[in-house]
Amino acid sequence: MELLLGTLKFIASSALDVMPIAVFLFGFQWFVIGARMPNGRRIAVGFLFVVVGLGLFLVGLEQTLFPLGRLMAAQLTDPQFLLESSGRLVSELAWHDFYWVYIFAAAIGFSTTMAEPSLIAVSMKANVVSGGAIGVGGLRIAVAIGVGAGVSLGCYRIITGFPLHYFIAAGYFVVILQTIAAPKLIIPLAYDSGGVTTSTVTVPLVTALGLGLAEAVPGRSPLLDGFGLVAFASLFPIITVLAYGQLAALKERVFGSRPEAEDAKQE
Amino acid sequence: MNKSLHAFARDAGNSFRDLLPIVSVIAAFQLLVIRQPVDGLLTLVIGGLLVVAGLTFFIFGLRLALFPVGEGLAQALASKGSVFWLVLFAFVLGFGTTVAEPALIAVAGEAGAVAARAGAIDDTPESMRSYAFGLRMTVALSVGSALVLGVLRILANWSLPALIIGGYALVTLLTGIAPPEIVGIAYDSGGVTTSTVTVPLVTALGVGLASSLKGRNPMLDGFGLIAFASLTPILFVLIYGIVV
Repeated sequence: MELLLGTLKFIASSALDVMPIAVFLFGFQWFVIGARMPNGRRIAVGFLFVVVGLGLFLVGLEQTLFPLGRLMAAQLTDPQFLLESSGRLVSELAWHDFYWVYIFAAAIGFSTTMAEPSLIAVSMKANVVSGGAIGVGGLRIAVAIGVGAGVSLGCYRIITGFPLHYFIAAGYFVVILQTIAAPKLIIPLAYDSGGVTTSTVTVPLVTALGLGLAEAVPGRSPLLDGFGLVAFASLFPIITVLAYGQLAALKERVFGSRPEAEDAKQE
Repeated sequence: MNKSLHAFARDAGNSFRDLLPIVSVIAAFQLLVIRQPVDGLLTLVIGGLLVVAGLTFFIFGLRLALFPVGEGLAQALASKGSVFWLVLFAFVLGFGTTVAEPALIAVAGEAGAVAARAGAIDDTPESMRSYAFGLRMTVALSVGSALVLGVLRILANWSLPALIIGGYALVTLLTGIAPPEIVGIAYDSGGVTTSTVTVPLVTALGVGLASSLKGRNPMLDGFGLIAFASLTPILFVLIYGIVV
């Protein structure tokens, strides 16, 4: 019963989120284009699916993934747990004693990105636009590896306390180098994949991990060091997606299966 | 009917596959590393099923509504040939979807508290609220301008890498001047602005626009709008931190 009420509440709130957008779209169609929405009924049904789907998705996350993820982040950064896994007190821990945190960060970054609805949407579009050359699965795995690596490195930064912008500036330097070398067609998509990764699923878990970590490590302030993991999670996918394009181009050159090697990208 | 039922079943299968990595990661960590009992297993199973159902519904609705609407509007606006309406559409879409974003409201509230503690503003609820409101407006304005810039880029065929890299160079520069408390929040605000409903719409807008203009490649010119939407909030929030 409680679950049912919760579900209804989430569906109602996602309807409230989607409503202004839907009103705006239909209004613009009506007043500016001056014609009714083609397939209006089908689109209305589609919006209904989006609202109900988003509501169910969020209530499910609220029931399962978020509490579990927060609990696990807290458990892995618990001084008692760290003492058992490394045999040392928190004040004596070196950065590599947090290895379970790094592994967890990488694994949770990777797996939550694979379930991110916005990323699925963009991959579907990229697949159609590229005429099938960019695989839905391949792109998502490339992005997910980026998020996993980014979050893991972000945890390393929190533990060691290096300034955030050094990492970010270095990361963008790598992006510039790759932009020069990578196939042109992958570049816009790669830049987009940075923003796509960080929406409904990944952000709450990653933020919980960052804040837990900053609280557990002596000398870190949750305010100054707890933030910034999301920035890592949006930088690294750019690098891995560019690398995905470069690898595909390299494969093309080595095996030379297609004449139009510059444009063709296979999965 | 039969066909759409078939598509629905396939989406459901895909959703299961998409959530499998999360389930295995959590199960592995619980069983091997943390080794503490988890209570409420039934709730977890029901919740998991809800996530699968929700994702399936969402993807199904996405294909039915969000993609065709975004692309249809972009094409209609492009064939109308009015840059004014196109730019207005992009701005309102960016501003409107961001200003009400729950994640942004939460982050802005937190930023107000941080700024008060750091002594940047008076430590009263009133000034904290106005700081948070200003921040929210700044971010919404930045996303609106990002989409306008992105649409103008597609129309005028400007170079995406030059704009993006130039933007991040500016971010690096401003980071040096901005008060340190705002930096983490600024960098994170780039990520919170692009919500699950906005991303498919914006992507469809870009691709639809690029495919209805002559001499544009949808792959080269259609993507990149979201890249702007995650860059400009960082820039605008850093400037907000410097000015306020």
